Amino acid sequence: MARKKQLLETAETYVSVSMKVNGVPCSAKIEPRTLLVHFLRDVLGLTGTHWGCDTGNCGACTVIMNGKSVKSCNIFAVQADGAEIITIEGLAKDGQLHPIQEAFWENHGLQCGFCTPGFIMQAYWLLQQNPNPTEEEVRRGISGNICRCTGYQNIVKAILTAAEKMKR
Amino acid sequence: MMQTQYVGSPVKRKEDPRLIKGESTYLDDIKLPGMLYAAFLRSSYPHAKIKRIDVSQALTLEGVVAVYTGKDLKDAVGPLVVESINRGSKVPSHYPLAVDEVKFVGEPVAVVVAEDRYVAKDALERIIVEYEPLPAVVDPEKALEDEAPKVHEDYEDNVCFRWKKAFGDVEQSFSNADEVIEARFRIQRLAPTAMEPRGVVAHYDALNRILTIWSSTQFPHKLRTWVATSLNWPENRIRVITPEVGGGFGSKLNHYPEEVVIPYLAVKLGRPVKWFEERRENLQATTHGRDMIAYVKAAVKRDGKILGLKVRLIADLGAYNYVYTQDNPLVAARMIPGCYKLESIELDVVGVFTNKIATDAYRGAGRPEASYIIERTVDRIARKLGIDPAEIRRRNFIQPSEFPYKTVTKFVYDTGNYEAALNKALELLKYSEVRAEQERLRGEGRYIGVGLSSFVEVCNFSYQSASVRVEPTGKVLVFTSTSPHGQGEETAFAQIVADVFGVDMDSVQVIHGDTLAIPYGWGTAGSWTLTSGGNAILKACKEIREKMLKIAAAKLEARPEDLEMREGRIFVKDAPDKSLSFEEVAGIAYDPESIPEGMEIGLATTSFYVPNLTFPFGAYAAVVEVFPESGEVKLLKLVLVNDVGKVVNPMLVEGQVHGGAAQAIGQAIYEEIAYTEDGVLLTDTLSEYLIPTAVEIPWMITDRTETPAPNPLGTKGVGEMGAIGLAQAIVNAVEDALTPFDVKIEDTPVTPAYLWKLVNAEKKE
Repeated sequence: MARKKQLLETAETYVSVSMKVNGVPCSAKIEPRTLLVHFLRDVLGLTGTHWGCDTGNCGACTVIMNGKSVKSCNIFAVQADGAEIITIEGLAKDGQLHPIQEAFWENHGLQCGFCTPGFIMQAYWLLQQNPNPTEEEVRRGISGNICRCTGYQNIVKAILTAAEKMKR
Repeated sequence: MMQTQYVGSPVKRKEDPRLIKGESTYLDDIKLPGMLYAAFLRSSYPHAKIKRIDVSQALTLEGVVAVYTGKDLKDAVGPLVVESINRGSKVPSHYPLAVDEVKFVGEPVAVVVAEDRYVAKDALERIIVEYEPLPAVVDPEKALEDEAPKVHEDYEDNVCFRWKKAFGDVEQSFSNADEVIEARFRIQRLAPTAMEPRGVVAHYDALNRILTIWSSTQFPHKLRTWVATSLNWPENRIRVITPEVGGGFGSKLNHYPEEVVIPYLAVKLGRPVKWFEERRENLQATTHGRDMIAYVKAAVKRDGKILGLKVRLIADLGAYNYVYTQDNPLVAARMIPGCYKLESIELDVVGVFTNKIATDAYRGAGRPEASYIIERTVDRIARKLGIDPAEIRRRNFIQPSEFPYKTVTKFVYDTGNYEAALNKALELLKYSEVRAEQERLRGEGRYIGVGLSSFVEVCNFSYQSASVRVEPTGKVLVFTSTSPHGQGEETAFAQIVADVFGVDMDSVQVIHGDTLAIPYGWGTAGSWTLTSGGNAILKACKEIREKMLKIAAAKLEARPEDLEMREGRIFVKDAPDKSLSFEEVAGIAYDPESIPEGMEIGLATTSFYVPNLTFPFGAYAAVVEVFPESGEVKLLKLVLVNDVGKVVNPMLVEGQVHGGAAQAIGQAIYEEIAYTEDGVLLTDTLSEYLIPTAVEIPWMITDRTETPAPNPLGTKGVGEMGAIGLAQAIVNAVEDALTPFDVKIEDTPVTPAYLWKLVNAEKKE
């Protein structure tokens, strides 16, 4: 009984996490159960990453962690301890939009915009892995993200356009 | 270089920079000092009596501020508002938190308020509810049987309303018929599933004595009225703000329990309170759409002429009426005649209570059902009579010369040319080539199908307000009572305004979603935003333009009618060296020293616009391949020809069509809200509720015909077209592909399992 109580108390203790988010070192004391998406949004105030489904299906929470795209609602912030994270807020540099952001704008690749940061981050990862994707590869590459507004027509176009832009 | 004409061109969206950078503020991004978080305990039973609720363990959890049950709130928070009530219908009182009985899975029974959202969720697990399960009914046809369990004990049966009406001489049509064709179609229950779930933040602003409610709603003004009613709080001391809203599709135009409980709690506790819906709650307790069953009898001549119809429509309304629940089946029924000239129709509509969340608007709201029913019926008739599906449509179309056309169900269609749209679709499809290819491949044992859908929708049910101000520096502020949430009207409206004033689009700022700043209007839904909101804005702009021309005329010593506004200046037409800048005229309007004598200071006006109903239309075609061994359907080609009247921004129009079409593909092949027979929701995450991804949605070929509507902008509406027109083209194509198996598709979605069963059942016989 005493041991169980002690375990509970330990579990409830706050823990320290540190990570580099968009190049900026951050650390905070958090509950171990804090999801990465909530850490980014509620602790760091980076609300561009969205929380849409809890089950890893919709991809609105997609961020880059140590070079890989991850769904931040399915990762505890403590798992990202020591990691380098890139979120949508980290893409534009010196007031210049990233080519993927430009391509989404030019191709009408978004409507309500809620899924957009997730799609852009997923495209960012996809184009790093494969700078010359075919249409089929783009479709497969973003099949873990859901958009309810665009029917994906202009998202696919935007990503193919971005790939061209990034070659220049 | 400034554009001289914005309307009609694919201008990039003003909304996008904030969205692609992740800078905008959606509901869950709002954080106020001292804010508390709420979480709702929801029923896991479809039907049960609440015997006892014990919240004591929840209250002892550190960080929990308060816990309330339905009994605690009943006296302070009134029932939710229902606006659409058919004569003689039963409208059960619907309290935001269940009081004695729960009637669907997901119905809220208690609310916890805590210092953070994790603690609020922990506390939910400490609430003990003792239920006494009651029998539930989920199938609307079973709910109509005599022995069915009753959803509401106080009523004699599960019929919410019955609306039966005959238009024209139905019996004569049927006695003159060569053939009577019968069919049953079931349109499944769907979840609108906006990517942003719903959410509410409320805060009582003591300084202004104003209760401020941020809600992810499509209808800020209507919500204000509803909250004023259910909280018995003066409407002029409520302010509803819509932040960035991440999609709605009809699921955010209601008076939801949380939208009244959260404001109440903010006042009661004296601290801001936030609730943000989780996806499971969204699939359980945000209104669903469709869920209708139609029994159709069609009286036809041998040449394919459709004389009359008899339709019995059974609509599953769920347990409670939400604001517009009762509307959808009636709109569906009255729009069944579609693009065709009918002599008569008999409509028998039954709205049925079941132990499920209510159905209400979902993109199209009755019109997709109407079009599905008639377009599937027309194909069945064509097949039976051996007439080409395109040809049978032509033989029944209302002709361009017949507009305005009063339908048998008493709608007056404004303008249309249905055959032109169909011909264009067939041309883009390469119809005869596709038919030849279909024939050839059938010889190889492959099953290609072609499906058509000609459709017309009714929209613009609402009025809107617009306030326009030209400020002293010549910048334009536009306030609209529409509440766009992805449609791009900040851009479309700015295009319209910039053209009226001949100024750059960047100097136009469009504001929406704040009831404190904006006069009353209906918000955004029903494909009406551009036509109703845009015409209101146009009217207000023209009034200000006229005043500015008068001022300029006095200064330039010319007549107002001899002036023109373009490129940011006001010119004398025949003497362009005489001009004033737009900014100069704006400055004069606010300067008592220089404004012409007798004119009122300032450039500001408000106008309201009540639109006439508009009737956009289109013709869609689908080519599919069906694999009988697995039951899978592959979409090979989709052609969507729309006529939305005049177009302000073709890029936005196309985007709207794409999105609606993707939802129709979901309806046709993938999506279904499924309950077990005893009322447990099976599809309560996005792992079970299958929204198509980029892999399932193919390229679409879109095109337009343009038949202007009789209003100043000439626009009709576009928001719902894809969702209204496409599902039946796909299902028609699937049935066509399976012609050798002679199957009749009654149900959607046409999943592999469903089609496999159909094909193999036929084989056995």
